[in-house]
Amino acid sequence: MRRKLWLLVPLLLFVGFVAAAAWRLSAPPDTSIRSRMVGQSVPAFTAAALLPDRPGLASVDLGNGKPRLVNFFASWCVPCIAEAPVLLDLQKRGVVIDAVALRDNPDDVREFLANHGDPFAAIGSDPIGEAQIAFGSAGVPESFIIDGKGVIRYQHIGPIAPEQVAEVMAEWEKAQ
Amino acid sequence: MRLFGTIMVAAAALGLSPASADSSRPPAPYAYKQLADPQKEAKATKLMTELRCLVCQGQSIHDSDAEMAGDMRHLVRTRIQAGETPDQVRAFLISRYGSWVSYQPRLDRETLVLWLAPIVLLAGGAILVFRRIKVRR
Repeated sequence: MRRKLWLLVPLLLFVGFVAAAAWRLSAPPDTSIRSRMVGQSVPAFTAAALLPDRPGLASVDLGNGKPRLVNFFASWCVPCIAEAPVLLDLQKRGVVIDAVALRDNPDDVREFLANHGDPFAAIGSDPIGEAQIAFGSAGVPESFIIDGKGVIRYQHIGPIAPEQVAEVMAEWEKAQ
Repeated sequence: MRLFGTIMVAAAALGLSPASADSSRPPAPYAYKQLADPQKEAKATKLMTELRCLVCQGQSIHDSDAEMAGDMRHLVRTRIQAGETPDQVRAFLISRYGSWVSYQPRLDRETLVLWLAPIVLLAGGAILVFRRIKVRR
């Protein structure tokens, strides 16, 4: 009898394997890459002014006693259009938003801001992704909240959806 | 196929173009340009085949034509050019994106199972084999 029960072991192992595979295949892993810079000081970077009437952004501009939200965006990025009204809403709620425009041109950015709204206090240009890599960001749009001491407190990957405003505002309050 | 062609012609007639996820800017200087020093270029190329493209996740930055892969190749080449070792450049990228960015996994908490599993399985297999041999005697 005991020996017969042992014969069931391979079948049980196989059933377990199929169950595990079905479970993982039905819920594909999250492929977004989180930055390892969250919890650390803002990395050294300089993003020169993209528009003549707007300051650029560099690490020295961050961590001067007040929190800032740094938004990586681009005029060629479609999800950024969906995010634009949410950023305007955040600005109305008192969030100070700086931008880093990834691989972008002044004319295209001006057109993007005219069409979709302009919540940005500063716009730095990142022509070859140096600021992006310094922040550990892997795409656009992405947003980082930096506290008054210059420490990155929060990373949001992808466009901020309207239902995520509360979460971002809570992180903003925490960074005060 | 004919339906697809009809749709494309209709889209062209309406003045629509597929949504683009690429910028209109030229690639980074060293995205497609090799370093003048062949030894440094060889080091950079080897490292580029061992780094993961973050937007096309199954490819290395050496194989990928994504803009971000080009930016990462520029970063690798300029840092190697400036005298950094491949391990320093790799460590820099791991400090940004975690060990997942490298195709050469280091031994750390995240990769412990990866490194220990073969040893545990081999040991388990050896135990089973030795037991069988004993039984036969």
